[in-house]
This record gives sequence, C-alpha cells and structure tokens, in this order.
Amino acid sequence: MSAVSASSQPILDVRSVSKRFGGVEALKGVSLQLHPGEVVALAGDNGAGKSTLTKMISGVYAADGGEIRLDGKPVSFATPEAARREGIETIYQDLALADNLSIGANIFLGREPMRRAFGFLPVLDRRAMAVAAKETMATLDFHVDRLDAPVGRFSGGQRQAVAIGRAIYWNARVILMDEPTAALGVPEQRKVISLIKMLKDQGRGVIFISHNLQDIFAVSDRIIVLLRGSLAGERRIQDTNHDEVVKLMIGG
Amino acid sequence: MVAQMSSKVLVPRKPGTPAKRWILWVAAMRAWLFLALLLIVFEIWSRLSYGTTFVLSSYNAQSITIFAVAPLLLALGETFVIIAGGIDLSVGFIMGLSAVIAALVTNKAGAVLPPFPAMLAGIAAGLGVSLVPGAVNGWLISKLKVPPFIGTLGMFGVARGAAFILASGTTVPVSNSWFAALGNGRFLGFPVIVIIAALFVLVMHYLLGQTRFGQHTYALGASEQAAVRAGIGVGRHTRKLYLLSALCAGLGGVLYTARFTAGAAQAGEPLLLDSIAAVVIGGASLFGGSGTILGTVAGSLVIAVIQYGLVFIDVEPFWQFVAVGIVIIISVLVDQTQRKFGGDR
Repeated sequence: MSAVSASSQPILDVRSVSKRFGGVEALKGVSLQLHPGEVVALAGDNGAGKSTLTKMISGVYAADGGEIRLDGKPVSFATPEAARREGIETIYQDLALADNLSIGANIFLGREPMRRAFGFLPVLDRRAMAVAAKETMATLDFHVDRLDAPVGRFSGGQRQAVAIGRAIYWNARVILMDEPTAALGVPEQRKVISLIKMLKDQGRGVIFISHNLQDIFAVSDRIIVLLRGSLAGERRIQDTNHDEVVKLMIGG
Repeated sequence: MVAQMSSKVLVPRKPGTPAKRWILWVAAMRAWLFLALLLIVFEIWSRLSYGTTFVLSSYNAQSITIFAVAPLLLALGETFVIIAGGIDLSVGFIMGLSAVIAALVTNKAGAVLPPFPAMLAGIAAGLGVSLVPGAVNGWLISKLKVPPFIGTLGMFGVARGAAFILASGTTVPVSNSWFAALGNGRFLGFPVIVIIAALFVLVMHYLLGQTRFGQHTYALGASEQAAVRAGIGVGRHTRKLYLLSALCAGLGGVLYTARFTAGAAQAGEPLLLDSIAAVVIGGASLFGGSGTILGTVAGSLVIAVIQYGLVFIDVEPFWQFVAVGIVIIISVLVDQTQRKFGGDR
C-alpha cells in the first residue's frame, strides 16, 4: 500500500487501523508510514478521519483494529502522556500554551525543574528553564532577548514556534500538527512552513493536517488523502498536482 | 540536530515605546501607587485639619495593620483561587464557622485541660473545620462541574447557617488567657497577630511564586486546556486550591476569636467583599491568570487605609463602602485597559 515511500525503516508504521464510534466507522483500515526527516501531509474533507487518525497515533483514542509500530515495535498508548514519553508530540491548533507564562515555563509546564535555595528550600529553577528555552528556540532560529516575557506577547507564528520548541525539547521524534497554519496571516504561514522544514532537517518526522494545498505542496514529501474513513490515495509530492489532490479529496 | 543560523526566521516583537512601557509599569504597580497616594492625601488632610501626622504615628500604623489582618488572610487564599480563574464566595462564613468552633472547642477543652493545650485544641478544631467546606467546594467544582460562583455561593449559605446554629445565634465568649495573649499580645513590640499574618504572607508568596503548585495555578488560569495537556491533574489542583482558600479563612477565624476572645458566626461577613477587592486592587484579574501575593498585600492595605483613614479624618463611616467600591471599579478598569495594551499579566 505504501509503495511510494522510501525503503529505510520507518519511525512510525501505522498498519491498517480502524476506529468505530457507535455505528459510525470513522476509520476503515488506514495505513501510514513516516520516516525520519519526512513530512507527510494528511488531507481530506471534513469527517474524512484525519483527526481520528492523528488522535490514535497520539494516544487519545485506542485503535479498534490494526496496529501501530514505533521503530518496528508494536505500541499501544493508553494516554497522550504515554505517547509523549515515546517521543510522539502533538501541536494542537490552539497551541495549548499558558499565555501568561514565559517560554521556559511553557516548555517545562507540568515537569518544572527545581533547585534548592539556601541549601534546603525547593524552588523553581527559573534560570535552568530560561537557558533551556533560549537554546531550544535557537535551534528553531528563534532568538529571544526577553526570556521572561509571557508568550501571550508573541505573534501567532512565534507562539507556534514556542509550541514546537516545547515538543523538540522533550525529544519529539514524531510531531503531529493539526492545521498549523490555519489561524495565521500569510507572512506567519511562511514562518511556520520554514519551521516544519527545520524539523525535517533535524531528522524528525512530521505529520501535518492541512486544508491548504499551497502549504502542503510547499513543505511535504508525501501526501495522504483520506475520504470517508478510507485511504483515497497516497502520492509523492513531485508526482502529483493540485488538481489530482482535489479530485482525491472529493472522491472524483 | 543543530539548525543553520543563516536567517532570523522569528524575532520577538519589540517591547514597545517608552510611553507604553511606562503605562504598563503603572498598571502593574497600581496597588502600591494607590497606597502611596492615599497615605499622602490622608497625611495632608490630617496636617491641615488637626496639625498632626497620620502616617508617622505608630499608633495609626499599628491600627491599620491589625485592621488589615483578617481581610488579608481571606484575600491570600482568594488570590490563588482567582489566579486559577475561580472565585470563592464562601470564605467570609467559613471564617465565622472556624471562629465559632475555635471558641466552643477551646471552652470545652478548657474544662478538662490546662489553658495552653485547650487553646491548641481550639485552634486545631477551627482550622480543621474550615477544611470541610473547602473540600466540598473543591469536590463540587472539580467533580460535579458546578461553576465556582454557584458552588461557593451555596457553601456561603451552608457555612453561615451552620455557624449560627453552632453558636446558637449569638457570640461565644472564650475565657482562655493564652488565647487572649495570642490575639492581643506583643512580641518584640509587634502585635502577635500581625507577626503571624506576616509569616503567612511569606509562606504564600513562596507557594505562589516559587513552587510547581503556584506555577500550575497560573497555567490553569490562563488556559485549562494547556494545563490538561501538560499533564497537570486539573481536578486535583482545583480541590487543593479551595482547601487552601478555606484554610486561610479558617486561620482568619481563629485569629478573630483570639483578638476578640469570642467567636462569632458573622465574624467574616463584611470581609468577603473586602478580600475580593484586595485581590483585584492588588492586580489580579477576575478572568484568571494574573495576580501576586505582594499585590494582594498592597490591596489589603489600601482597603485598611481607606477604612481607617476615613474614620480618622472624621468622615461618616458609610463613605468607606463608597470609597472601596470606587477603588474596585477603577482597578477593574485599569485591568481591562492593560489587557487592551496586551502587556504583562
């Protein structure tokens, strides 16, 4: 089924997974492979099963059938935290950032480093958080002067970078992005596209859901189109064009 | 792994013009500026009208701080709850309940025990009983998804009724020399209750500013989704917040009983509004996500100075309510303007 993908061992190998919600079959045996340094776009109309598929990869839903392999080993995640521990991070559309906290505090939210003040009193290690934030954001070519500024002061694309920074700090190897460019203006969309390219250059695998064909063609290696819960088609980006993808999406 | 540093893809926004930064600084410091302004006004008024100092009188300073203790204690717990995006309307009557229980238990224990352990039993009972409504608040809000405003309003009624029933509708006098000394004694020249409150402020300042608990409180107020996805146990955290708020109110009740050597169900009745006002004047936003302990301290002092100062310059006491109300409204307006500027929160 995935004859078009490269031959190296995939990081993520989704094998014919299915999911049913009551009487609705949301996914009917869909397969997907993701290799290191590869960007796969997930396209399809509303209700095609894109979100269901990513939520199964990220541990939100359990698969009813099929299996998911990570580095060749079958895995099953009970919770998103379990998936995250294995290096699968999701960047949600709303970014899930605490706007009133600094970049460092957001990166470490829920697992803050502590130090001992006066040798006995445990306190937040803000310096360690700031240093990690600065280094992590530098790998995304994001150079921060004011590390104490709350992320709410940053623009949409910059906040997207912070969310990505949080994922890569925790060694995400597979990054799932849900409509990363949907809420942004055009210059900001370009920045996010360049961020995705950087993740690719760093050897991470990226799966991103998008409706925007321009973005898909700008950054992905492969495109997977879903239609009503089934695979409508999988193409290498250089072998296809807008028209064909649209036809796949609408089932023409 | 290392990305090329060829082009700056993203550079954060410039911090803004000096004028804008100055406005944001004023907004952030508003409680302390308010306090300074009030002290200057009362000082001038006092000198012109009576030819005496207002601020520099140690008697006045002491009266104001003692006056500020009870609303401050309620406000400290309320600060956490408000930062997390909630509200606790039950603190006033939790304080009353705690005051009544502390008095009753001290008296009962005093019949069989010496005064000191009897006092300790009373304090433990007062603090302990406050945890009951706090636990129920947290359970209603986190498990049953009752909006905090409604859940704690219900608890306001329950705690009020329980306190009056236990006190048989009257005040419960305490005869315990240790308790009286706690409430009215001095240590190194400072009133003991002020020292206790100051220590408590330090602990709360540490808790909010330097611990994971505090950090998660801010995160919860900014975005519950962000907190959930970061793996923070939001329900558990919420329950802790309302326990903390109730415990602060319980301490307020115990210190009330100590100060007046009597427990009264209505001990905290006028303090609910004052405590929320102190938090809001102190820079917290009722939308959640912002606020500090030092701001709340300043807010509590602002209210105490207004109330004491107006009496001092011989204004009819009812004007206090008007003045505090106006200060609350101004604070909320400043908060909204600050949000529009998109500044520090």
